[in-house]
Amino acid sequence: MPSMQSLDVQMRSATTTATPQVRIAGEPVAKLIDISKCIGCKACQVACMQWNDLRDDIGTTVGVYDNPIDLTDQSWTVMRFAEVTAPDGPMAGQLEWLIRKDGCMHCEDPGCLKACPAPGAIVKYANGIVDFISENCIGCGYCIAGCPFNIPRISKKDNKAYKCSLCSDRVAVGMAPACVKTCPTGALQFGSKTDMVARGEKRVRDLNERGYQKAGLYNPAGVGGTHVMYVLQHADQPGLYNNLPTDPTISPWVGLWKGIAKPLMALTLGIAALGAFFHYVTRGPKEVDESVAAVDADGREVTRHDREV
Amino acid sequence: MAIVMRSGEIRRYDANERLNHWAVALLFILLAASGLAFFHPAFWFLSALLGGGNWARILHPFLGVLMFVLFVIMAMRYWTDNKIQPYDREWSKRLPDFIENRDHDLPAIDKYNIGQKWVFWITVITMGLMIISGIVIWRPYFADAFAIDAIRIAAVVHAISAFILILAIIVHIYAGVFWVAGALRAMTRGTVSHNWARHHHPLWYRRMRGGRNVEQPPQNL
Repeated sequence: MPSMQSLDVQMRSATTTATPQVRIAGEPVAKLIDISKCIGCKACQVACMQWNDLRDDIGTTVGVYDNPIDLTDQSWTVMRFAEVTAPDGPMAGQLEWLIRKDGCMHCEDPGCLKACPAPGAIVKYANGIVDFISENCIGCGYCIAGCPFNIPRISKKDNKAYKCSLCSDRVAVGMAPACVKTCPTGALQFGSKTDMVARGEKRVRDLNERGYQKAGLYNPAGVGGTHVMYVLQHADQPGLYNNLPTDPTISPWVGLWKGIAKPLMALTLGIAALGAFFHYVTRGPKEVDESVAAVDADGREVTRHDREV
Repeated sequence: MAIVMRSGEIRRYDANERLNHWAVALLFILLAASGLAFFHPAFWFLSALLGGGNWARILHPFLGVLMFVLFVIMAMRYWTDNKIQPYDREWSKRLPDFIENRDHDLPAIDKYNIGQKWVFWITVITMGLMIISGIVIWRPYFADAFAIDAIRIAAVVHAISAFILILAIIVHIYAGVFWVAGALRAMTRGTVSHNWARHHHPLWYRRMRGGRNVEQPPQNL
């Protein structure tokens, strides 16, 4: 998605100077995905394809409801179906169908943006949306290493990374994301992050009253919270929902690589080059005295003693 | 008269060795420029050297493989000469003096001093780590075949190895081009003076003079 000029930019990949942020920034936004209300109709997937002009290849049925089977450069959201034995709640011990709409979580502290080496290829708007600015993408795949949720996909067509933009173009002009617009059960809701947290928590209380004692709001603190949140019936076991990470964080390897190592190593290289220059102007070069022959006419080495006389 | 021999020179690197070294050196410049561009935004402008970010991303791994192959040939040439010897220990103790250009009475050494040997072995090790880690993070061809944590670790290994290698090469370039006068000629024209050889590498000098590596000055100039 091209950069939304009407939105303030809070963070910009590989950029060390101030980002454009003179506007009266709107409130941070969020999408709330209430898994307890999802019926797995995939209307959100269709709306995503329609609005973003995406058409995935026709795949192969492998015996599960997931279709397509994984996120791709063409499928920015995918319903992941999990058949589990309910660990608690009114369905305890019985088959429970947990359907999770997978896609970018729009982290407050985005690992993709931290890892990205291309200036401006990933931005985080002041409203919290993390967006890939494809024309600046160089296709290195560092965002994939940076992401704790396994979301970005590189296109085989243009070698650029793609993922859910939270319909930043729609949000910029005051509309809800396409998936939210189309959801028939109200499982998807969109608004300010504060409102969505409040609604999520209210829904969690409802679920608690209905026997889902472990229901909760998934807004993981390890990535600073997310601008896409889940209401989970079994929030104590996010892994039930097709391996949703329990405590997602940016990998410590990525933290080392794009955190402390980055300024430290760049500085050390600069100091080394400068040190060499200063060594030269203070100690000077090693020059060999060429005024005296090393060997005499007979080919014998002239000794140091001979030379010093 | 000794004057005749004074202009005589000693062969240090033949044409093939020079060609090999400079091919690796030029590839190193392109790789360091593009690699640093990916590493820190302060170096992003260097990606222009390869035609911008996308071209840098496309070319970097191919150039890396080419450099590695050429480096392996080079490393095999100099492997034996870089083995650590007993006299290196004595020489190492004088390293502070060497840095201060107090070179008198340094222990006699062969073709390379311990600093050069360190550069050699650091280069061998980091090049090895970088070809392996580089393949793991190489998109779009190989990275998909590896687990995500392998890719993350490889990225760190690649960056730290590159950092150490670039530091070593900064020392190498400084010593070879600026610090040790007369050394650059060894790699550009292939020869050094008798005095240079005797001063810096006495054991090598004696070894060379025993052989046929002394180039006679042109007779008809």
